[in-house]
Amino acid sequence: MTGNSATVTVADAPVAGRAGGAAAFRRTLPGRIVLLLVFGFLYLPIAVLVMLSFNDSGLPTAWSGFSTRWYSALLGNSDILRAAWNTLVVAIFATLVSTILGTLLALGMETRRRKSNGLEALAFAPMVIPDIVLAVALLTFFSRLGLTMGLHTIIVSHVVFDLAFVCSVVRARLKHFDFSIVEASRDLGASGWTTFWRVTFPVLLPSIVAGALLAFTLSVDEFIIAFFTAGAGRSSITLPMQIYSMIRFGITPEVNALATIVMGVSATALLISQWLNKEQVR
Amino acid sequence: MNAETSPILRIESVAKKFGPVVAVDGVSIDVRENEFFALLGPSGCGKTTLLRMLAGFETPNAGRILLDGRDISPLPPEKRPLNLMFQSYALFPHMTVRQNLSYGLEMERLDKAEIRRRVDETMATTDLTQFADRKPEQLSGGQKQRVALARALVKRPKVLLLDEPLGALDKKLREKMQLELKRMQNEVGITFIIVTHDQEEALVMADRMAILKDGRLLQCGSPEEIYEAPADRFVANFIGVMNFIDGQVAEDGVFEAEGLRLALVNARPGPATLATRPENIAVGAPGERLAGTIADIAYHGLDRVLHVKTPATPVPMQVRVPASGAAYRVGDALSLKIDPARCRLFAGGAVGAGG
Amino acid sequence: MSFNAARPNLLAAPGVAWLVTFMVVPCLLVLSYAFFQRGVWGGIEYTFTLENFARVADPLYARIFLNSARIALTTTAIAILIAYPAAYAIARAPRTRQPILLFFAVLPFWSNYLIRTYAWIVLLNREGLINNLLRSMGYTGEPLSLLYTEAAVITGLVYNYLPFVILAIYSTLSRLNPELMEASRDLGAGPVRTFLRVTLPLSLPGVAAGGVFVFVLSIGNFVTPALLGGGRFQMVGNLVYDQFLTANDWPFGAALGAALIVTMIVLLFVQARATARASGESREAQA
Repeated sequence: MTGNSATVTVADAPVAGRAGGAAAFRRTLPGRIVLLLVFGFLYLPIAVLVMLSFNDSGLPTAWSGFSTRWYSALLGNSDILRAAWNTLVVAIFATLVSTILGTLLALGMETRRRKSNGLEALAFAPMVIPDIVLAVALLTFFSRLGLTMGLHTIIVSHVVFDLAFVCSVVRARLKHFDFSIVEASRDLGASGWTTFWRVTFPVLLPSIVAGALLAFTLSVDEFIIAFFTAGAGRSSITLPMQIYSMIRFGITPEVNALATIVMGVSATALLISQWLNKEQVR
Repeated sequence: MNAETSPILRIESVAKKFGPVVAVDGVSIDVRENEFFALLGPSGCGKTTLLRMLAGFETPNAGRILLDGRDISPLPPEKRPLNLMFQSYALFPHMTVRQNLSYGLEMERLDKAEIRRRVDETMATTDLTQFADRKPEQLSGGQKQRVALARALVKRPKVLLLDEPLGALDKKLREKMQLELKRMQNEVGITFIIVTHDQEEALVMADRMAILKDGRLLQCGSPEEIYEAPADRFVANFIGVMNFIDGQVAEDGVFEAEGLRLALVNARPGPATLATRPENIAVGAPGERLAGTIADIAYHGLDRVLHVKTPATPVPMQVRVPASGAAYRVGDALSLKIDPARCRLFAGGAVGAGG
Repeated sequence: MSFNAARPNLLAAPGVAWLVTFMVVPCLLVLSYAFFQRGVWGGIEYTFTLENFARVADPLYARIFLNSARIALTTTAIAILIAYPAAYAIARAPRTRQPILLFFAVLPFWSNYLIRTYAWIVLLNREGLINNLLRSMGYTGEPLSLLYTEAAVITGLVYNYLPFVILAIYSTLSRLNPELMEASRDLGAGPVRTFLRVTLPLSLPGVAAGGVFVFVLSIGNFVTPALLGGGRFQMVGNLVYDQFLTANDWPFGAALGAALIVTMIVLLFVQARATARASGESREAQA
C-alpha cells in the first residue's frame, strides 16, 4: 500500500520563526512559479481522472457532455458493491482495534522514564518496512499456522501498520502534553481513574480521532498486504484489489467513477483529521 | 563640521510600517564615534525594528541612515560595514567555533593566513581559544554569547549592533557580562549600539541612550541626564523609581496637592504632576510638610524603602532611607520633606497612578 | 491514570504484543525460510542451505536488483530536484499560508496509490490525453508509446512519492532559525552563498530522510512496475511477488525479501548517522 510509510504527519509542521522575520526574502516570483508547476504536476492527473468520470462517452478522446451514468453503473455492479462492503468491514474493525492499541502504546511510550530504543524501533518499523516484505511475511505466517485466510486475516494485518500510525499521531500530541496537569488533578483530589477520564483523555481525544481517521484511510486504500492475506476466492476481495484487477484490463469509465469516489472519501477523512490536529495544537 | 561632533551614524527621520502598524515613527538619532549607545524601551516600542533597519534586514519607508555621511539604506545587509550580534546568537550549528568566526572573513575573500591570524587574535581576546574546535551545541550559554560577539567583532565593523545580547543569561552572569561588554568595547574601540528593554542594563553600560515608545523617540541623552531630567512622565517612570503627585500650581507658583504645599521656582500655573525620586525625600517628625503612615518596609541591604501612604497620592510613595538609620515600623506616622530643587514638574492633569 | 513506574509497560504491552506476533515473528519466520530448500512441488523442504542467497547474487537476479536500484536512484534524484525548490518556496511563503500549502502538497500522498498510478495510465496510453493533445496540436505520426517504458515507471514513482519528499525537506527548512540566514547575510555573504553554505547544509537531513524513503519504497515497489511498466520492467518487488504467487518458490522469495530489508536497514542507519553529523551532534554534547 506504500501510503503507510510516512513518518511525519502534516500537523508536525513549523514552529520556528518570528514576526516580521525574513520579510526581505519572501514572496518571490520564482517561488510562485515553482509552486504552480509542482501543484500542477500533483493535481493535473487527478483532475483529469475526475473530469473523465463525468464524461458521458467515458473516453479520454472527447468531451461528450456531463453525465453521472458511470456512477449509476457502479451501483449496478455487484462485484464492486461487495468489494466496497468488504473494505468497510476491514477498515472499521482494523481502525477500532488499532486506535485502542495505538493510543495505549503511545501513552506507555511517552510516560516511560527512559526512552527504549528497542521500543522506538518496534513502533517505527511498520511505517518504513517495504509493504511487499510485510505482505509475504504475513502470508508465510498465516499459512504456516494453517489458518484459512479471509477478511479476518486482512484486519489483523492492517492493525499492524494502522496502530503504528495512531501511535505516532497520539505521541505527537503527548509531546506537547503538560503532565503537570495530571499531577494538579491528583493534587486536587481526583483519583487516577477520574484524572484519566476528566483530564488526560479529553486533551488527547482530538489526536485519537485524528489517528483513527488516518488509520481508516490507510486501511481503505491498502492493497498489497490485503492482496497477500485475503486468501483464495472472491469472497474477501477488497476495493483496492477490485480496482487493481479492473486497471489491469485497461481503462474503463467505471474505474474513473470509482476512483473519484474513493479519493473523495479519503480527502474528506484527511481534511477532518487535519482540522482536528490543528484544533488541538492551538 | 568638526570631528568632535560629527556622528558616525545618523538616523534621519526614519519610519517603518508593517501593514497598518507603525513600528518606527520618524525617529532621528545621532550616534557618535566609539560610543556605547543604548536603544531602550518596552517591548513593541520599535527598537528591534530600528536595529534591523540599521543591519539591513528591513527597509525604511521613509528617512535615511547615514554611516560616515553616506546613505546606507539602499544597501543589502552583506554590503554594510555594520555587524549584528543576534539575540538568539544565530551560531551556525554545523560549523565549529573557528569556522563560525572565519565565515565572515572568508566572505571578504581575505587570504587564509590572514583569516587565521585574525580569528586567533579575536579568540584570544574573547577567551575562546580552548573552544576553537567545538560545535555550538557543546558550549554553555555564556560561551555561545562570546562566540556570537567574537564572530561579529572579528569583522572589525564600524558599528556593532547588539540585539538584547544578555537576554538569555541568568542574573549573575548578566551582571558580569555587562561590565565585560563595556570593557571589550573600550578595548576594541568600536561603536556599540545595543537594544535592551532593561533600563538597569542601559544605565550601567551606555554612554548615551535613546528611549523609545510606540515607535517614537521620547528622549536621548546620557544616563545621568535622563535619570535626573526625564523629558516626560513615561521616561520618568520607565527609568528608575519615581513618585508622582497630581496637583495644581497656583498663581503664586506654589504647587498644591492634598496635604501638600510646595513653593517652586518658575512653575507655570495650572494642573501639573510633581515627580520626585525616593532618594530625594527626607523623613521628618510628624507635623512637617506631607504627612503619611508607613504601609510597608522593603529591605535592600544598604538601605530600606518605606512605602508611605499619603493623602496626596493614590499609591504609597516610595522613600529611601539608610538601613542603619532610625528604626521604622509599619503603621508609624511621619512626614515627608520634598526637596523642591530635585523635583520635576510635568504640566497637565492627572494621568493616573504611576503615570 | 497515574504515571508511575510500572504503568507505562502495562499500557504498551498489548500494542507491543501485536507488533511482535504479527510483524516480528512473521518476518523472522519468512527469513528462516530463506535458509531452506524449495520442495519439488513447491512448499518447503526443511534442509539447511545457503543456495537461495547465492541465487540472489546470480547475475540474472543481481541484474534485476541493480536495475531496480538504478530506477530507484533515478527516481530519488528527480524527486529531490523537484521537491527541494517546492519545499523551499513553501518555507518562504507567509507563515499563515504555509500549513495550507503544505497540506495540499501532501494530500495526494494519502489518497489511493493504485488510483494515482492509474491516473498516469490515463495520461500516457496510446489513446491517452497526452497523445490526444499532441494530435490536436497537429501531430500526425504514430501515437507515441509512452506507457510501458522505464520513463513511465520513474514518472509514476516520482509522482507517488514526491509529496513525502516535499514534507521531509520542508520540515527541516521550517525549523531553521531564520536568524541563521540573516547572520550569514550580515557577515557578508550574498543570497547565493548564504544558501550554499548555510541553508543547504542544514537542510540535508531532510533531503536524506526523504531520499532514503523514496529509494526504499521504489526499489521494493511492485504496483508501479506492474501497471506502468507493463510487466516488462522486472523490479525486486515483482520478483518477490512472482516467487510467492506464481513461481511458488518461497525460500527464494524470502531470500529476496531479506535482501530488501538489509538494504533498507543499511540505508536508514547511514541516514541516521549522516543526520547526526550534519546537526553537529556528538557524544560529548549528549552527555
